[in-house]
Amino acid sequence: MIEIGLGHYLTLGAVIFSIGVIGIFLNRKNIIVILMSIELILLAVNINLVAFSIYLGDLAGQVFTLFILTVAAAEAAIGLAIIVVYFRNSGTIRVEEIDKLKG
Amino acid sequence: MIAHAIFFYTFSIIAVVSAIMVTASKNTVHSVFFLILDFISISCLFIMIGAEFLGMIMLIVYVGAVAVLFLFVVMMLNVAQQKNQWFAGQATSKHIPVGLIISTLIFFEIIIVIGGWKYKPEIFDINNSLANASVSNTHSLGQILYTDYIHVFQISGMILLVAMIGAIVLTFRQRSGVKKQSYIKQISRERAEGVEVLEVQSNKGVKIDD
Repeated sequence: MIEIGLGHYLTLGAVIFSIGVIGIFLNRKNIIVILMSIELILLAVNINLVAFSIYLGDLAGQVFTLFILTVAAAEAAIGLAIIVVYFRNSGTIRVEEIDKLKG
Repeated sequence: MIAHAIFFYTFSIIAVVSAIMVTASKNTVHSVFFLILDFISISCLFIMIGAEFLGMIMLIVYVGAVAVLFLFVVMMLNVAQQKNQWFAGQATSKHIPVGLIISTLIFFEIIIVIGGWKYKPEIFDINNSLANASVSNTHSLGQILYTDYIHVFQISGMILLVAMIGAIVLTFRQRSGVKKQSYIKQISRERAEGVEVLEVQSNKGVKIDD
């Protein structure tokens, strides 16, 4: 309990990952919150990679965290651009009203 | 060791609570605020565990770029759309308490981490084989990033380029009905298409546009 080890960081990552997944499914508000939940999931992955990298003594985990950071930034930019275009065309970004594809 | 535990539990509890608030809060602006708090707590954890470079990069990339982008889009879309729903009445003053709480928390987190790093470096001393005293974390990361992973690094640059072009192409729109100067058209105008010399007879006048 007092001795902080690898398991503590992995647990933190798991908790944040689960909160992100729950946020995607329970979200009834607007689609920007879904994008934020995806960011939370990527953050949990980063926590796992950094914790393993430190405790196993291999720097490759931190390098891949950098690449995940890059991809997350690109994903946020593209996703927000799509949201802006969708809002311009249909006038709403509420999750229930986005049913153009009849899914 | 006990200080390490205290710091870990403080930051991780703040991170988990703010992650819950990101998904649960009614107001999207508050969600973005809590997302920023979450990122800062996690980057404090990274600095604490010994990955200083990644912690700082997270601060710069996530808080400085991604979260501000989110905030920008939320403000831009919501103010126009759901005015009566979310921003009724005193629109701006409703965000002030949440913003104050979050910024005070962030301030104290950064103070804790900087203070620990400056005055008690042995607190965060975990037994990792990477903690070489002569080579810093940034140095060793750079040494393998630009040699072993150079191709992946360049591919990530390409991904960023594609994302930039994609975002510009998606949101760019040509407005119609806006008057603009066209220099080429102005310069390439000839005398013949601009003026016409007429022989005006007396007491007749000139008819225009016939």
